[in-house]
Amino acid sequence: MISRLSTCIGLAVAALLAALLAGTAIGETGLAPRVVGQVLANQLWQAGYPVDPIDAGIIWNYRLTRTLVAAACGTGLATCGVILQALLRNPLAEPYLLGLSAGASTGAVLVGLLGLGSLALSMSAGAFIGALAAFALVLVLARAAGPGSNNAQVILAGIAGSQLFNALTAFLITKSATAEQARGILFWLLGNLSGVRWPAVWLAVPVALFGLLMCLWHRRALDAFTFGADSAASLGIPVRRTQLLLISCAALVTAVMVSIVGAIGFVGLVIPHALRLLLGPGHSRLLPASALGGALIAADILSRTLISGQVIPVGVVTALLGAPVFALILVSRRGRP
Amino acid sequence: MTVMAALQLAPLSCQGLGLQLAGKRVLHDIHLNLVAGETLAIVGPNGSGKSSLLKVLAGLRPPACGSVQLMGEPLAGMPRRRVAQCLALVEQQADTLDAINVFDAVALGRTPWLSAIAPFSRADRAIVEQALADLDALHLRARLWGALSGGERQRVHIARALAQRPQVLLLDEPTNHLDIQHQLSLLQQVQALQVTTLVALHDLNQALTCDRVAVLDKGRLVALGSPFEVLTPECLLHTFGVHGHYLTDPWDGTRILRFRAP
Repeated sequence: MISRLSTCIGLAVAALLAALLAGTAIGETGLAPRVVGQVLANQLWQAGYPVDPIDAGIIWNYRLTRTLVAAACGTGLATCGVILQALLRNPLAEPYLLGLSAGASTGAVLVGLLGLGSLALSMSAGAFIGALAAFALVLVLARAAGPGSNNAQVILAGIAGSQLFNALTAFLITKSATAEQARGILFWLLGNLSGVRWPAVWLAVPVALFGLLMCLWHRRALDAFTFGADSAASLGIPVRRTQLLLISCAALVTAVMVSIVGAIGFVGLVIPHALRLLLGPGHSRLLPASALGGALIAADILSRTLISGQVIPVGVVTALLGAPVFALILVSRRGRP
Repeated sequence: MTVMAALQLAPLSCQGLGLQLAGKRVLHDIHLNLVAGETLAIVGPNGSGKSSLLKVLAGLRPPACGSVQLMGEPLAGMPRRRVAQCLALVEQQADTLDAINVFDAVALGRTPWLSAIAPFSRADRAIVEQALADLDALHLRARLWGALSGGERQRVHIARALAQRPQVLLLDEPTNHLDIQHQLSLLQQVQALQVTTLVALHDLNQALTCDRVAVLDKGRLVALGSPFEVLTPECLLHTFGVHGHYLTDPWDGTRILRFRAP
């Protein structure tokens, strides 16, 4: 049992390192993995390999930061998907479809444009408030639509919420932004990893790990929601507190990721679904697997945005890849219980 | 035994319990003391408040007035985890879309006894297997939830409740939607359990086989006692609106109820 666990962890770490290395090596100009390894060794252990300082700069300050943030985003969004799907008992729940990402975008744009930053309110904090507001709106709408908010109502409320917040964002941009700002914001909204540097890494990676650890700590509570909230309560779970804590956690992770790279859809939906089909619904396996899967897929997607020599927004690539995969999952589930 | 001692021994009791849902009074002034080890049936027409009473007693809904004691302690102040270690509830319609297998579904019953760090131990596994064996469901252990029949699901739900190792078991119409064979075997299995059980039932002849019967009518507890004392023709006419009289089965001498529309 213990040896199987350590084998799994070993394989996961190896896969993650390989993906990070590949994500760093692949780009507009290809760099040999050997050079990447030498630069990393120089930076981490002062190995003193002779490398081109321009290559070193590209790898350390540009490629590595971008890959790390992409992996953190993948992990964070996949974890959020798992939380929301478990707590809302809804297979379609994820930050993007529920309007959390849209709310976070509005919050971040509001802070960025109106200069609320002078009130010591960063873009991430604005995004967090926006995400919470969006989620509150979705819940209120779903509750108002009928008792015992069922699957369809939550998703419909999510659609209404994301439309509203997207409209608010567009309104803010047209009302307050200069042409230059508007271009920048629109590009960021589609998901853009090209501008991230080390400060973004130090924000994204700890937040993603924090979200993952919180969920792993509450994995039995997430399992207990299998038969609904009342069933979870009779299994000894303090339902309100758990929901509040974990959904706030999902809002925080989404907000931080949105404030760094913009709104990215489908990662939170497709990855937990695919892995649930492979591993079953138990969260002690599903959570770490989704986190790892998110990181790997995000690093892979990242490489695809850059290979053409022209940068395609990440959100566009996730949607282009995620939508067909989701359709495939839908079709393959047909006829199953 | 003094009255106080008897009250303290009651695994579950309530005084003056009332509940309002959407401005409507669903439960009025309910007093109930369970006796350790008994099977108490709650009967009553549709909408008489059986499910609501079970939910309030399980601590899932806060009562508008009155109080509930679990193992002599006020339920209102107990952490959910402690409650779940003493009391298990099987609801009427608890379903899932997840492809969970039977063993894992029953293993959820160990949740109140496990922490984030404690692994699922060999002892937990043994308890889950015992619960499955008690409900005659060991052969289902690897089956997926979606592939189970209604009766099998009900047995798995009860096995999960037993895996909580509760002193008190609350069952909401466990024989609903089951064919007659499964109704009889399930009820027999429930009555054979060494757990104080409160069971909401629709079939009055099934209620006759329990130790005591409580009759709910429009949210009030109108009768409580041994089945044949409580389910009198007057009670049946007044509460359920039907004429009823007892027949004696020539096969084994048991008395059964037969009903006529008024």
